[in-house]
Amino acid sequence: MSAPEQAWALPSPLAEAPPFDTAPSLPAAAEAPERLVVVPARHPWRWVAGAAVLVLLAQFVHGLATNPGWEWQTFAGYFFEKSIMDALLITLELTFAGAVLGFAGGVVLAALRLAHNPVLKAVSWGYVWVFRSVPLLVQLLFWANLGYLYRTLQVGVPFGPGFHEFQTLHLVSSLGAALLGLSLHEAAYAAEIVRAGMLSVDAGQREAAAALGLPRGRQFRRILLPQAMRAILPSAANELINLLKSTSVVYVLAIGELFYQVQVVYGRTGRVVPLLMVATVWYAILTALLSLVQHRVEKRFGRGATR
Amino acid sequence: MAIEVRDVSKSFGSTPVLKDVSVDITSGSLTALLGPSGGGKSTLLRVIAGLETPDAGTVTISGVDATRLSPQRRNVGFVFQHYAAFKHMSVFRNVAFGLEIRKRPKAEIRKRVDELLQLVHLEQFRDRYPAQLSGGQRQRMALARALAVEPEVLLLDEPFGALDAQVRKELRTWLRRLHDEVHVTTVFVTHDQEEAMDVSDSIVVLADGQVQQAGTPQQLYDEPASPFVMSFLGPVTRLDGRLVRPHDIDIATSPEPGTVEATVNRIVHLGFEVRVELQARSAAEDPEDVWVQVTRGTAEGLRLRTGDTVHLRAIPSALSLTV
Repeated sequence: MSAPEQAWALPSPLAEAPPFDTAPSLPAAAEAPERLVVVPARHPWRWVAGAAVLVLLAQFVHGLATNPGWEWQTFAGYFFEKSIMDALLITLELTFAGAVLGFAGGVVLAALRLAHNPVLKAVSWGYVWVFRSVPLLVQLLFWANLGYLYRTLQVGVPFGPGFHEFQTLHLVSSLGAALLGLSLHEAAYAAEIVRAGMLSVDAGQREAAAALGLPRGRQFRRILLPQAMRAILPSAANELINLLKSTSVVYVLAIGELFYQVQVVYGRTGRVVPLLMVATVWYAILTALLSLVQHRVEKRFGRGATR
Repeated sequence: MAIEVRDVSKSFGSTPVLKDVSVDITSGSLTALLGPSGGGKSTLLRVIAGLETPDAGTVTISGVDATRLSPQRRNVGFVFQHYAAFKHMSVFRNVAFGLEIRKRPKAEIRKRVDELLQLVHLEQFRDRYPAQLSGGQRQRMALARALAVEPEVLLLDEPFGALDAQVRKELRTWLRRLHDEVHVTTVFVTHDQEEAMDVSDSIVVLADGQVQQAGTPQQLYDEPASPFVMSFLGPVTRLDGRLVRPHDIDIATSPEPGTVEATVNRIVHLGFEVRVELQARSAAEDPEDVWVQVTRGTAEGLRLRTGDTVHLRAIPSALSLTV
């Protein structure tokens, strides 16, 4: 702020003028300032760069509109079509359930990782390692083949007698396998996001809560988590958007979500490009909505963070 | 006794921080834990609060052995140097927090919090967030929050350490007055001897993890147990191999029995007080630098000039310790 004032302290020709000179003659800039015209600084290259980018963009849009390969008619015909709408609903359900279960698991895993108990710590670390190592696609196929590995599952005493048996073939449907795979995968990533948020909260906050008489479990919920949310939210929103698109991977289990459904349609009609566009535009719209929600939620948890 | 600390030891890794510390704190007193940084005073306070567990020894609060109690169950109020305000809660909610988790009725909470906010002069800031407060205001809020649950002891860890000099002075006067009103047994950590002398009824000097001396501010100043305590509780200088307070030295223009010859090196005028820096040449010792604190009147009376030779002697009533 003070830079312009400091500039006056630099040696100027004025300072070297002989002391008994008549009124010092200033350079032209100082004479009759009211007659000078103030001109904003000109930036010609900005205009050139802006124009070049606009031309390229116009060309791209022109291509979208005129290239018959896009088949906008077909696109419009399928965009709100019943089977697409049903598929969209399944995509939304998978995203929602995956996010809720994934983040619930993530919070638990992060709490375990930050616990003092070394066994809990190690288990949490191991979980995150395994589920970040296995590609989602591979994991989904494992869950779908659970019935091949274990014919039945028992509820009972560990290594002892069982009370109830399930047939795994009936236990995990393909939709169940998809949800299980997505949630477990999501939980591993969410755990790290939540943990990062926890670490961003100063240790003094916990101590202050402890000194006021708050038990450990409630310290986590009432003091740590609400403050960690500020650090968690941007990454969590990222992860949620990622999950939305990851649901397309479950097409391998023949679940009628958005991507599977457009494949079914173009497999029948052969109109590949317009149907891929149907899916693309829907994913873009949902991402825009999620970004909007992210902005709202961040604002709410940002309370008290700014002046 | 409100707090009895017996033979407490604590190490961090292989570094001992507290070595067999025993301290008694009287009910209703305002006690300062004073010492250089790294002396163990904050650790002792945290041991009393239950935020650290001692390796050996016991802590008794109001007659109850609290050594193994969690901080939640000790009923202490703790104020941290860096406020530790709950940033996601308004001032009102921060102060109400301890009462809310104790499930007190809403109306009672509101009444008590309003009283406390008035006590700490923050009533018009009740709906603000901590980030919207100044450092001094935040610390007063932290104090109200600690007091809300009516703790048996109030512990403050360098409460004014992060504030500027002006606010520090205001707040410590204010803490003294608050203590006179509330009468809760209070222990605060400081490395500032002036702050400790100004505010407290009693001072415990801690250094190298050990209690160097405990007593009233006056006792510590007048009867220091060691050269360390003496030099920590006010300015000192060396004359003829002994530690003396610089205002306890007489300057004479002619030699007398027991005086030490010295040359004036520098005269510094600090308003009412004048600091005279000299080099003394006693028979037994090597030349040593001494400084003497005199009033302006005395300095003018002596017509002191740099380079003058004068004669120094500790006044008869002076406290001096052999170093």
